[in-house]
Amino acid sequence: MSDLLAVSDLTVHFDTDEGVVQAVDGATLRIAPGEVVGLVGESGSGKSVTALAILRLLRPPARVLGGRIELDGRDLLGCSEQEMRAVRGSQISMVFQSPRTSLNPVLSVGRQIERLLVRHAAARPGQARERVVEMLREVGIAEPERRARQYAHQLSGGMCQRVMIAMALATSPRLLIADEPTTGLDVSIAAQILDLLRDLGRRTGAAILMITHDLGVVARLCDRVVVMHAGQTVEWAPVRELFHAPAHPYTRALLRSIPRVAGAREMEPIPGWVPSLLAPPPGCRFARRCALVRSECGVSVPVHAVGEDHRVACVAVEASQWTR
Amino acid sequence: MSTLVSVSADEAPARRSAAALLWRRLSRNVMSLAALGLLVVVALTAAAAPVIMPYDPDAPDAERTLEPPSRRHWLGTDLYGRDQLTRIVYAGRVDLLVALEATAVALSLGAALGAVSGYRGGWIDQVLMRIIDTIQAFPSFILAMGIAAALGNRLTNIVIAIAITHVPIYARLIRGEMLRIREMEYAEAARTVGNPRRRIIFYHLLPNCFPPVVVQATLAMGFAILTVAALSYIGLGIRPPTSEWGAMTAEGAGYIVSGEWWIFLFPGLAIMATVLSFNLLGDALRDVLDPRMKGV
Repeated sequence: MSDLLAVSDLTVHFDTDEGVVQAVDGATLRIAPGEVVGLVGESGSGKSVTALAILRLLRPPARVLGGRIELDGRDLLGCSEQEMRAVRGSQISMVFQSPRTSLNPVLSVGRQIERLLVRHAAARPGQARERVVEMLREVGIAEPERRARQYAHQLSGGMCQRVMIAMALATSPRLLIADEPTTGLDVSIAAQILDLLRDLGRRTGAAILMITHDLGVVARLCDRVVVMHAGQTVEWAPVRELFHAPAHPYTRALLRSIPRVAGAREMEPIPGWVPSLLAPPPGCRFARRCALVRSECGVSVPVHAVGEDHRVACVAVEASQWTR
Repeated sequence: MSTLVSVSADEAPARRSAAALLWRRLSRNVMSLAALGLLVVVALTAAAAPVIMPYDPDAPDAERTLEPPSRRHWLGTDLYGRDQLTRIVYAGRVDLLVALEATAVALSLGAALGAVSGYRGGWIDQVLMRIIDTIQAFPSFILAMGIAAALGNRLTNIVIAIAITHVPIYARLIRGEMLRIREMEYAEAARTVGNPRRRIIFYHLLPNCFPPVVVQATLAMGFAILTVAALSYIGLGIRPPTSEWGAMTAEGAGYIVSGEWWIFLFPGLAIMATVLSFNLLGDALRDVLDPRMKGV
């Protein structure tokens, strides 16, 4: 199966007054056509930076130092700004975490979608208007004709996110990047939005890169998962494998830190804290918090296969016997 | 899709047009209503001057020079026997038009400069803002005088002079707004869908900078009128015999000691009332457009 998107060894630094923040360090991930991939990690682990790097939307002080980002085998890092504009919105689109503030307050929502269709799908304005209503209906908005004429502040948060999704999928992109699309929505609305994303993804054949810190979202939606910690990708696994046989010590600690209502076992916080990305330790950035740390951890981070389509970046994993 | 519940229509607030909301809030303040009313009267009478005024503003009447206010001439006549009220109303055309044109030119230029400067940042911002700084380094009235004197006092040149001195007001304001707005998520979203930069700046972001600009433009209108009047007062603005408030005040100034007070007083009052109205209206708009007032 050839990949739709392949990111390899992506490295992004931020130049700040205090020094260089090494925000993303050798991130690697791939997405097959139509697949839903979760990118999981705590705040500041480089998830969103990776997403913006894929769209080439990072601006100074951020710098992409190296790596490749291939969409259908074409290196996006080598594209001109002109070529990227054609990619953004038509091949890759994005849904943001705060839907209300992601919509332009002075343009009606219908108009925003319409502009996009005219730009990327070469639709004539009249045609586009019909399509807008159709899209809004498709994302489950009642009275789409009326809603299309309204502004972001007249819609609820859940409706705004539906509009964002309609906008993102209006041009039938190959890849949809969803950056924490349910943050700030209440639980029942969030569940509806996730279902909507999955259904529409399936129907349109768009692959989804779901960025989240919520493992519940991952379990509900994703086919495969990529775990990020402090700017490094540490584990790649099918979603069932990740929950049943997590390999990386960080992933295991992450799963143990989820509070359980059933109370079968105590919630265990991960000891220590995320290392400063100003002067991160060499090698594995989880080493200082890891129970299995050894001297090689500071030198290199080998990637092993530990199952079918399941890989992990850890020195200790190969040597030790993992049991559940 | 089966799990989806359509969002009910009553979830969002009732539709209310922005203009209606603005009017509702504005109409609660007596002072701002009075200011708005006066400006409407000045504008309407000025526009309809040839129809409603019985006299020719420029035709002298040697029989009736320097007449005090009477039933025939409500605000008296000047040295040449011209009706003061007629001249004041006709002068409103000149003053309002010059101020309006100057504001429009300054706003367009300032908006373009400020928007590009704020959005692009870097050396473009540095260069544009240093140019703006240079303009601002001069006291604005002195600069307007200099430009008017250098270009010669034709109407167009006075508009240019005032517009140039007002460009920094808008450029700085919009640059500041743009710095804030370019970091908004809808700006990021506009970039995400592959809009060209020019379109992002002028179509998606610039309209979002406008609430404070509306306030500023209203206040600056008053200031522009004051500048036209002041330039004309010292002889660098509108030339007689065209009636203009500042020039009329200047003509009347010579008669203060000799007792013909109406010649300078009424044009002066016209300037004051108009400028004050713009200021009051600007202040009221500031309160009305304050985001903290939303939902009131």
